[in-house]
Amino acid sequence: MTADPSRWDLFGSALWPIVHGAIASTIPMAVVSFAIGLLIALALALMRLSRSRFASGTARLYISLVRGTPLLVQLFVIFYGLPSIGIVLQPWPSAVAAFSLNVGGYGAEVIRAAILSVPPGQWEAAYMIGMSHRRTLSRIILPQAARVSVPPLSNTFISLVKDTSLASLILVTELFRQAQKVAAFSQQFMLLYLEAALVYWVVCLVLSTAQGSLENRLDRHVAH
Amino acid sequence: MSPIEASPPGGQALLSVHGLSKTFGANPVLRSIDLTIERGRVLALIGPSGSGKTTLLRCLNGLELADGGTINAPGELPLDFTTPPTRSRLNALRDRSGMVFQHYNLFPHKTVLQNVLEGPVVVQRRPRAEATASALELLARVGLSEKTHAYPFQLSGGQQQRVGIVRALALQPQLLLFDEPTSALDPELVGDVLRLIKELAADGWTMVIATHELEFAREVAHEVAFLDAGTILERGHPSQLLRNPQHERTRQFLHRVLHPF
Repeated sequence: MTADPSRWDLFGSALWPIVHGAIASTIPMAVVSFAIGLLIALALALMRLSRSRFASGTARLYISLVRGTPLLVQLFVIFYGLPSIGIVLQPWPSAVAAFSLNVGGYGAEVIRAAILSVPPGQWEAAYMIGMSHRRTLSRIILPQAARVSVPPLSNTFISLVKDTSLASLILVTELFRQAQKVAAFSQQFMLLYLEAALVYWVVCLVLSTAQGSLENRLDRHVAH
Repeated sequence: MSPIEASPPGGQALLSVHGLSKTFGANPVLRSIDLTIERGRVLALIGPSGSGKTTLLRCLNGLELADGGTINAPGELPLDFTTPPTRSRLNALRDRSGMVFQHYNLFPHKTVLQNVLEGPVVVQRRPRAEATASALELLARVGLSEKTHAYPFQLSGGQQQRVGIVRALALQPQLLLFDEPTSALDPELVGDVLRLIKELAADGWTMVIATHELEFAREVAHEVAFLDAGTILERGHPSQLLRNPQHERTRQFLHRVLHPF
């Protein structure tokens, strides 16, 4: 690739559609899916830890299915498969559903491990002052588990941001699909796909920085 | 600071325990324990590690569910452990006592004051202003006024254990349970904590203390019980039991503790 001015023009004119795809679609899709996914993950983690065999077995099966099948297949089942049994979802909700369910499966094990990492003495001290199980979880255990799970959950989130590019395959006009459109039109595949990669990279850099400061904030009560 | 009800020395029973037993798997940890805890009195539990002292305290607090025997409080239905008791009855048992742990178990994500207030404000729903005032008073008494907004990791072990004691006191319990409260402390920090417990005894608090500090037990306790392999081998007045034990096993134990080499 030579420093052809027309290529820089193309780079410049494609930048806004790609960044717009990121701002209008990729990032909100990732954030919404992650938020819903975390709730699913928390519920699954608690089911895995519960004494009920049915609950923990169900959660275990779910996690195994999500982790044992490709995300792309899950996405296609929801978008192209569900209509055959009468459930028709638009591209965006389909993508959010697939990503949330996926994050739920991966996040569940992270949250379960984080809950188990809190020393048993914390449960005992909470019970000692008269707290119920539920209140012990919400006030004593989960805040401590949150700190432990920030690094692995940040990983999950950064993976998710990149995985949202799969949504281009079910017609969501997100970051990568915008790049594809310009590339198909201009035939400058190398330039446009590198440009898309660059925008993903910048988004992930920002997220990594945010992870660092979140860890610092949660670490304020811990010796270093 | 003193317990709510004034307590005549040698007063009536607060709790009496009959035939309490607990088995972990195939391993009996408590075998038919009989015990009376009297108001305003201090009972020290001594004995080797694994003799059941900690399990006994935890059963008294409901942290561990005994699998046989009863715990009675005067004027209430006996709590029978041969069938698992209901949650509300277990809560009633738990509400009676405050417990101090060997490893403090302070909440690391909460400040000293928040640790103390969690029980009275969040659980017991006492008015925050009133609970805060009495928490600050307790913290001042144990010399931690400067540390109310510190996090546990910023405190020494001795300071953390004093917060642990204040957290238990703030519940306004009838009974204080201490599980080897100084075993995890640096030797030079032990004195402060023992002095505080001694003051609480002088104030008339009813206490059960599992401890390896025999000299402390002799000074503070009204009665000492020696546990071995899940049974109370003997019990009696501290000076009598510690100076002139009746059982060979007690003699052995005391000898080993007092003359380690």
